Amino acid sequence: MAGASLRSVEAPGGRFDPRRLRREFPIFERNPGLVFLDSGASAQKPCSVIDGIAEFYRTDYANVHRGVYKLSGRSTDRFEAAREKTRAFLNAADEREIVFVRGATEAINLVAQSWGPAHMRAGDEIVISDVEHHSNIVPWQMLRDRLGLKLVVAPTDDTGEFDLAAFEALLSPRTRLVAVTHISNVTGATLPVARIVELAHAVGAKVLVDGCQAVPRMPVDVRALGCDFYVFSGHKAYGPTGTGVLYGRYDLLESMPPWQGGGGMILNVEIDHTEFQEPPHRFEAGTPDIAGVVGLGLALDFIEGIGRDAIRDHEEALTGYAVDRVSRIPGVKMVPGGQRQLSVFSFNIDGVHPHDVGTVLDQHGVAVRVGHHCAQPLMEKLGLAGTVRASLGVYNDEADIDRLAEAIGACREMFQR
Amino acid sequence: MMDLRELYQDIILDHGRHPRNFHALEHPTHLARGHNPLCGDRIIVYLAVEGERIADVSFEGRGCAISTAAASLMTEVVKGKTIAEARALFAQFHATVTGGGAEELPEALQEDAERLEPLTGVKAYPVRVKCATLPWHAFEAALKSGLAGGTVKTE
Repeated sequence: MAGASLRSVEAPGGRFDPRRLRREFPIFERNPGLVFLDSGASAQKPCSVIDGIAEFYRTDYANVHRGVYKLSGRSTDRFEAAREKTRAFLNAADEREIVFVRGATEAINLVAQSWGPAHMRAGDEIVISDVEHHSNIVPWQMLRDRLGLKLVVAPTDDTGEFDLAAFEALLSPRTRLVAVTHISNVTGATLPVARIVELAHAVGAKVLVDGCQAVPRMPVDVRALGCDFYVFSGHKAYGPTGTGVLYGRYDLLESMPPWQGGGGMILNVEIDHTEFQEPPHRFEAGTPDIAGVVGLGLALDFIEGIGRDAIRDHEEALTGYAVDRVSRIPGVKMVPGGQRQLSVFSFNIDGVHPHDVGTVLDQHGVAVRVGHHCAQPLMEKLGLAGTVRASLGVYNDEADIDRLAEAIGACREMFQR
Repeated sequence: MMDLRELYQDIILDHGRHPRNFHALEHPTHLARGHNPLCGDRIIVYLAVEGERIADVSFEGRGCAISTAAASLMTEVVKGKTIAEARALFAQFHATVTGGGAEELPEALQEDAERLEPLTGVKAYPVRVKCATLPWHAFEAALKSGLAGGTVKTE
């Protein structure tokens, strides 16, 4: 079903065509004229995901890993098929390395609460970057306070590029973990993750990568990156809310105690003792978001149906067009996104607060995010109260960017009168 | 679709760019912080209360045009009022922008309520209502907490 609908997406000659792709997303039909530039916060959902979830409930739904009846078996097969799809999507070695969680935030908290205390003690250090989302800062602050760790911040330079030399200088044998984003949700800068992993591994540290912004728009190969943990949220990847993935190298997952107890994560329970399941089930206590995970699998099918190289090429070109177009508007100041900026860009308009910009843009049908983007430490570093952030999805094209530019012009007129 | 100029009226832009009473008070009797975690806006409201009367009022901080203008206009209308009068103005303003009810204002305060009228355009923009009410909530928190310096959040 998904394959058939996706073939229609391609224009003659197989060229990527966002206009036709947009028809896969009912939100645009129901909201004519909407220019949606907030996929970095959450992507819209294609029919294959929306209808696929409903169809799953109608046809194959029952609790998983429980029933002896056929229907439960089918439901379990669909659920576990999504795990295999996710494995293939990330090129993980083994599907047991894929843990389903509620989102990237939960995945990071899982690692912090389970791996953290088992492998770190007072005086050990965690290195994060200065462009992290709050979800990749706060769990580590909490762990720091609990275990007496040190949280070290690796800087990006004035061009928005991650400073590898400064990072390397911060590493030491005390560094136990490096937790960095793959693509900044504020600047769109792509971090040199493979090199970060090499340097971190050289001092014996493990590496967790926040892939929320990368997974929907570029090929991700966890084995090529060499990272130890990789996390992402389903809802930013055209999938349903409430779904997310923790990839962890199997030997690491095996070394980690459960973080939540309950059904589904046990082998045997006696009243005073419990034997736990092997990963990934050890970390999936309780009935999971079964339909959500099935929907996440459909979302990954959707992305693969278009092709991640094609998506990256399209969004890279569109990012270049957008940054060029918007930065030429007098009074607009861009936040630099480094040499490899992808799909996300932030800016301010002289003398106009981002919140006011957001209201004017909304009035012109352009949906962007304004504020601190859950990255207050980065705002502090940039000396900004907030920014206006636009982020791209497969349905965006140059006409959307032109509409954004026009709305920015209208905004300047409004506030310069 | 409502014309944005109903929201961003000239008087709003003027107060947003050139806020009145925009400084700290040297000897406040009350102060409080207002914080909108959604956009990171912060404001501090200072009061110098003598008996029942608000002898002086000022604010500092950074915010959008709406919240800055709202704070500026607020300081203008509450200065010299009694605490009860200022609270009545807040109740009336809050009711207007949120669509709630309030007791009818005494005749003497009608003119001040009219000075706040340009801000009531926010009622067509529900996500911006809290920008307009944040300074007033901080004002109310200051009255309650004295110099202990309470903090109010919009969420």
